[in-house]
Amino acid sequence: MEDINTVQDEIIDEFGILGDDKESTIFYIMELGEQLADFPEEERKEDNIIKGCQSKVWLITSYQDGKIQFLADSNTAITKGLISLLIRVLSDRTAREIIDADLYFIKEIGMGNIIGSQRSNGLAAMIKQMKLFALAYQSKIDA
Amino acid sequence: MSDWVEVIDKNRKEIDVKQIRKDFPVLHQEVNGKPLAYFDNAATTQKPAQVIAALEHYYKKDNSNIHRGAHTLASRATENFENTRSSVKEFINAPSREEVIFTKGTTEAINLVASSFGERYIHEGDEIIISTMEHHSNIVPWQLLCERRKAILKVIPIFKNGEMDLEAYKKLLSSKTKLVSVVHASNALGTVNPIREMIDLAHNFGARFLVDGAQSAAHLPVDVQALDCDFLVFSAHKMYGPTGVGVLYGKRSLLEEMPPYQGGGEMISEVRFEKTSFNELPYKFEAGTPNIADVVAFDQAISYINRYGKDKIHSHESALLAYAFQKCVSIRGFEPIGTANEKVSVLSFNLKNIHPFDVGMMLDASGIAVRTGHHCTQPLMNWYGIEGTVRASFAVYNTTEEIDRLYESLVRISKRKN
Ligand SMILES: Cc1ncc(COP(=O)(O)O)c(C=O)c1O
Repeated sequence: MEDINTVQDEIIDEFGILGDDKESTIFYIMELGEQLADFPEEERKEDNIIKGCQSKVWLITSYQDGKIQFLADSNTAITKGLISLLIRVLSDRTAREIIDADLYFIKEIGMGNIIGSQRSNGLAAMIKQMKLFALAYQSKIDA
Repeated sequence: MSDWVEVIDKNRKEIDVKQIRKDFPVLHQEVNGKPLAYFDNAATTQKPAQVIAALEHYYKKDNSNIHRGAHTLASRATENFENTRSSVKEFINAPSREEVIFTKGTTEAINLVASSFGERYIHEGDEIIISTMEHHSNIVPWQLLCERRKAILKVIPIFKNGEMDLEAYKKLLSSKTKLVSVVHASNALGTVNPIREMIDLAHNFGARFLVDGAQSAAHLPVDVQALDCDFLVFSAHKMYGPTGVGVLYGKRSLLEEMPPYQGGGEMISEVRFEKTSFNELPYKFEAGTPNIADVVAFDQAISYINRYGKDKIHSHESALLAYAFQKCVSIRGFEPIGTANEKVSVLSFNLKNIHPFDVGMMLDASGIAVRTGHHCTQPLMNWYGIEGTVRASFAVYNTTEEIDRLYESLVRISKRKN
């Protein structure tokens, strides 16, 4: 499996090809969201909602062979697209990798301009939640 | 079919939109590489150069505190401030200037009434009536008041097309009703309510009536004497004026009976530690240094509307609404919310299978500004069983070409899922 930064660089290249047209960029992000794995209906509950997002975002994790898997869903297509990017970069990694990840692709592709400041806060909340999950697993490993 | 859907009225009074657009500097820019099409006018309208110039002029030439200075600038500022009060009086045909009180906005004006009228007139077991389509600003202050006074809040139901259920309203009215507070034109649906009739019905039971004119002030004739409303509230920023200014009109007899809302400077005639006597109307309700600059500039917004006349403006906006509706109904998955017979130019809708946030985001990418979400009317959205809508609301400077762009974008967006 490619390391985190290789995946980030791939994403940067893909967005580079899209160029400056905001509409096609947004359509592209939404299409990415459509490829997300199905989210279990019974997990679509209050406890799994990430606070700080305008849209509803549900996030759950599982742990297998020393690696963390993320599953997520949202009620809006744009947010689903954003979280699918995060999952592509961060899912199926060790807790340590996730904690240490420097997610430079977000700035590099100009995500702030694409989604605006309110949604950027939501995106930051998603990243924080994913890192918190990783920290929790790591502290179990360390214990 | 509803009145506003019919083919554009051939006798409609024309206004020169090209000329008008020149007055609004903000419209002349690109957003995301496309010319801005601003359709979020129900949230706030843009400001003409005349309003912006008045603000600048005030700070450059006249800035002073009002009503108490002994110098020339102070008297100039006072005169300009009070001129706006006179213009507002004319604008809503109030019997006197003293019945026009400046607030921060609609929200503060409603809170003022809830607090002050509530203090004097609402007691345990009394009833206050609002409607299903109210803005949170016309719900929460009454809920708080009802909690404080152990009063009861009643809600008028509506019909699926967004019209008020008048028969149900009549049944809610009784001798216990002390106040009815209803929106003139709904910000989420566009519905224009039969406010005149509703006021008469309330008065038959001795109840007072507050009209939330936030969405009507710039778009419909509002004559407080013809309506015979007890209170009217609205915001300057939704009628081409500055933010931070609103108006409370109240009948003199009521305002005189009501206790002050806040204490401070301006609102007193004499302060002693034993007892303070309050200033007369309207100052009794204007504690502290008011938002002088914005009130002064608000005068220019009123002049701007008067220059064209509300009938012409309304006629233009109605034509835009009819045009937009006729185009958009053909879009696959287009679901209009609010199809009342009488409407201001608010087009609220959803596209099937697409979240309103996503629609808004995609429109924004094409330089088209709309509002998405619950529009501060969550109980109304719950009633419809939806999370929110996409809302395009039109103003005097909008054009059919802009609506064509809206339509084309919506077609593209809808195609993804329908
Ligand atoms: C119908 C209605 N009432 C009240 C308000 C509140 O106005 P403001 O935020 O200017 O106080 C609004 C503004 O959105 C409105 O549309």
